[in-house]
Amino acid sequence: MSRLQAGQRHSVRFSLNGKPCVGEAEPRLLLTDFLRHEIGATGTHVGCEHGVCGACTVGIDGQPARACLTLAAQIDGCEVRTVEGLAPSAGRLGILQAAFRRNHALQCGFCTAGILMSLDCFLRQHPRPDEAGIRDLLSGHLCRCTGYTPIVRAALEAAVELAGDLSGTKSDA
Amino acid sequence: MKPAAFDYIRAEHLDEALEVLRREGSEARIIAGGQSLMAMLNMRLAKPKTLIDIMRLPELARIENSRGAITVGAAVRQASLLQWPELGRSLQLAALALPWTGHAQTRSRGTACGSIAHADPSAELPLVLQALGGEVHLRSAKRRRRVAARDFFAGMMATTRADDELIEAVSFPADRDRCAFREVARRHGDFAIVACAAVKTGDGARLAVGGVADMPAVRDFPRLEGGALDDALNRFAYELGARDDVHATARYRRDLVRMIGRDLVREVLQ
Repeated sequence: MSRLQAGQRHSVRFSLNGKPCVGEAEPRLLLTDFLRHEIGATGTHVGCEHGVCGACTVGIDGQPARACLTLAAQIDGCEVRTVEGLAPSAGRLGILQAAFRRNHALQCGFCTAGILMSLDCFLRQHPRPDEAGIRDLLSGHLCRCTGYTPIVRAALEAAVELAGDLSGTKSDA
Repeated sequence: MKPAAFDYIRAEHLDEALEVLRREGSEARIIAGGQSLMAMLNMRLAKPKTLIDIMRLPELARIENSRGAITVGAAVRQASLLQWPELGRSLQLAALALPWTGHAQTRSRGTACGSIAHADPSAELPLVLQALGGEVHLRSAKRRRRVAARDFFAGMMATTRADDELIEAVSFPADRDRCAFREVARRHGDFAIVACAAVKTGDGARLAVGGVADMPAVRDFPRLEGGALDDALNRFAYELGARDDVHATARYRRDLVRMIGRDLVREVLQ
């Protein structure tokens, strides 16, 4: 049994976007603040801090999860994926991100990182989603700009492209 | 909105968690998936001195189906229960209600037992446990006991769990008869304005209602025709003591109980 004392910093070892990572956190530190302030990965946004808005959604062991409802201490040994892991290199967008840009699936962009991470996890598990499945997933996110329609369109478009990518076939979609 | 300071213990054996609870009682809280408790911590509605994480205890991560009961351990996440291949066959009411429990992004971490421990009056899993007449398996350093759902929920976010006890598992009687579930919420996955579950019982139907009273309410209805069923549902709706709040008026809630209740009772008695 390990007891991490309040008010003291303890090391947290995890994998961030496929790379081993270590940081220090007090027991009460939320994963949102750990990623942003300790690790410096500020792509994950902080919204409501009680699990409702979805802005802070990240992937934990392949599942979408609220970083604001997770303690940094809980992700010791876990695989965490954040929006920083989507782009193949600096200055280039990933497939999902490019579909969002083409479809104007963001305006202010505050909710976007969380929605991208939910979709990233979802499309890996459901390579051929239908609109209803995507809308159900998006019920876990608030976007006050787009009305969701362009987000759904971008997700469906990205799904086709990603499915082609996975099967190695070329597609003009 | 940051939690107050606490010690964090990652239990490696169940006995360790029970020993901390024995020593620290109400100052310590169990954290499993954290999808209810973390919001309470962030808002400082809960300020425990110690958090005990039980998610690395493999003995609590099991779903067992034996002797007509499905037992779900305290570390079983809602998403895992929803993906359990036997769910649709053995626990149909949970299969119907779980997609309404939070969102995919919270079911991925939240546990079934955690939702029952939190005892939110509008939550789906306490409603399912009540409707099916399930049991909560409590354990302390000194004893183990099983409490029927009707004796477990004690009010809004209040239960009869003692300070030195944790929920080890919950068990649901396997579905034998037809059941139905329906919910009205402003956004799918948000707290229910009214959630109803119905189960066929012998010749009649049991209706459970969440989101109206301060805990899930259950009523058995004999097989009644048209007007008599409406009258019985109307009495039930009034007895729940609905209140106006920012989400809905008491009158709207009573209307939902009458309408959804009638539909579900008819559906299971078909």
